[in-house]
Amino acid sequence: MSDRNETLAAQIDERFGERMTRIPSICGELGYEIDKEDLVEIATTLRNDGDFGFEMLVDVCGVDYLSYGSDEWTTSSATGTGFSRGVEREPVILDEADEFEPRRFAVVYHLLSIQHNYRLRLRTFTGTENPPIVKSVVDIWNGANWFEREVFDLFGILFDGHPDLRRILTDYGFIGHPFRKDFPLTGNVEVSYDADKGRVAYQPVSIEPRTLVPRVIRDDNRYSADLKDVTDG
Amino acid sequence: MAEIQSYTMNFGPQHPAAHGVLRLVLEMEGEVIQKADPHVGLLHRATEKLAEHKPYNQSIGYMDRLDYVSMMCNEHGYVMAIEKLLGVTVPIRAQYIRVMFDEITRILNHLLWLGGHGLDIGAMTMFLYCFREREDLMDCYEAVSGTRMHATYYRPGGVYRDLPDTMPKYQESKFRSKKDVDRLNSIREGSLLDFIEAFTDKFPGCVDEYETLLTDNRIWKQRTVNIAVVSPERAMQLGFTGPMLRGSGVEWDLRKKQPYEVYDQVDFDIPVGSNGDCYDRYLVRIEELRQSNRIIKQCIDWLRDNPGPVMFDDHKVAAPSRVDMKGDMESLIHHFKLFTEGYCVPEGEAYAAVEHPKGEFGVYIVSDGANKPYRVKIRAPGFAHISAMSEMVEGHMLADVVAVIGTQDIVFGEVDR
Repeated sequence: MSDRNETLAAQIDERFGERMTRIPSICGELGYEIDKEDLVEIATTLRNDGDFGFEMLVDVCGVDYLSYGSDEWTTSSATGTGFSRGVEREPVILDEADEFEPRRFAVVYHLLSIQHNYRLRLRTFTGTENPPIVKSVVDIWNGANWFEREVFDLFGILFDGHPDLRRILTDYGFIGHPFRKDFPLTGNVEVSYDADKGRVAYQPVSIEPRTLVPRVIRDDNRYSADLKDVTDG
Repeated sequence: MAEIQSYTMNFGPQHPAAHGVLRLVLEMEGEVIQKADPHVGLLHRATEKLAEHKPYNQSIGYMDRLDYVSMMCNEHGYVMAIEKLLGVTVPIRAQYIRVMFDEITRILNHLLWLGGHGLDIGAMTMFLYCFREREDLMDCYEAVSGTRMHATYYRPGGVYRDLPDTMPKYQESKFRSKKDVDRLNSIREGSLLDFIEAFTDKFPGCVDEYETLLTDNRIWKQRTVNIAVVSPERAMQLGFTGPMLRGSGVEWDLRKKQPYEVYDQVDFDIPVGSNGDCYDRYLVRIEELRQSNRIIKQCIDWLRDNPGPVMFDDHKVAAPSRVDMKGDMESLIHHFKLFTEGYCVPEGEAYAAVEHPKGEFGVYIVSDGANKPYRVKIRAPGFAHISAMSEMVEGHMLADVVAVIGTQDIVFGEVDR
């Protein structure tokens, strides 16, 4: 599979040159980062050109890189505070900021070529705009319609040119974009049946967020290349 | 008086033919559908967000609850993505066990689909027939994992435990006479493999039974032939996978084209349809039942002859055995670390896809090197299928909506996630 990926990578290199930057992969998958201005053009070529023939868009996925690489619990020495008590919550960053970090929101596309049996990943960052916006690929792959709606619903990323950009998974009248990293896991509102009003009513959540297992990042020397046993493969 | 041109009708979310909680807003002209607007998300549980807040292994159980009629296949996609990131090779015996249980799961799923689809469009008996066989397969789940549905049996690095030598047996009660219990237990005397083998021997006969009821049935054909025709080009354009794509005549099956585990070691065929209508998709799935049965048989033969480990032996990721823990300090530490903190996965991203009974089930994991995934995205096949609902029902009658929901094999656990 990886030989075939290299063939495809060579073709992509030849055709697009520096407009597609390879993302290094630890498991032999082929992924590229592209500028969001180039998205539609590159996607159209990838779909229509016979060399690539990516006739299927498998998935569109939003990623919020706000807290990438940050852990909740660092221990460099012995600690008297145990586990979840050691977790300090990051202050909530409000969405009202005029600008985002340029590498905060990304949209990831997974493409599949049935004729050549290739898979390809495209990632594009939305830049600093608030609300974040990228061009829609619904005209290229019609199946993108709902996937883009989902990304909009969960991350608040707009898709320019989408025919029907409505919320899809969350409740009618939902406020906020729940998969952003600054949206709490418990949510902001809870529902209960209000007998007096005779309907379901919203109120602020009453449960406290808690961390059972803190997020830790350990430098695991099993994965560092220079420490690998050569005979081990 | 103004002429009334069309009207809007609400279908579901509580409707027996909506296969769960689908709400459809149908724009109709008389009894003909102009446009359908499916409202999904009523079963949204934010599985992906929950997974971001848990160590990797604790989310396996959530995967069962996605598509709750093909539990182990969901787990498979998830653990495969983790294994890809960890660079773990699964022991060969575990691979065979996984393939066998994937196919058992495929039969489970297709039986529920067949029963439900039949019931929806007027074939009551199908439901009873299918559930009779499903019960046996549920027992296989129970034998290996202790639960009938939400197994949590696949783990990164292999499967939780080896196949058991005995089957759980029925016991006499005031609801079940001795005669009944003896009959039920007669095929449960041997090991799990004996039980599955007995099942595979009788199952082709069962499929024949289903086919005598449906395949040439005049009413069945009236309800399915030429309903919701999808051309191969449209099917690819819309992101269809699995039997929905094969029903349109595209020969695409990940088990053959991008084989994972030991699918390249077993012998099976991919059925394809020719017209892309509901009837063709029915025929494709029926044939898949037979092919799955074939694969299971081959796995049983292999598993009988080849004992071995079912979990790889790096205890930084896979738990050490209970017995080792009692006497070995290092095992105890590993166990403590694994069950409190979990394991850290190297930084990177991976997309792993399996041929789920419904289509391509993919899991995309972004890891930043922590003990919890940074982002998990579940690519559910049903989500792409139901997004094409409007296109598929356009111009058909109201009653055909039910046939289309059936043929898409929708389960809301995975659509809404």
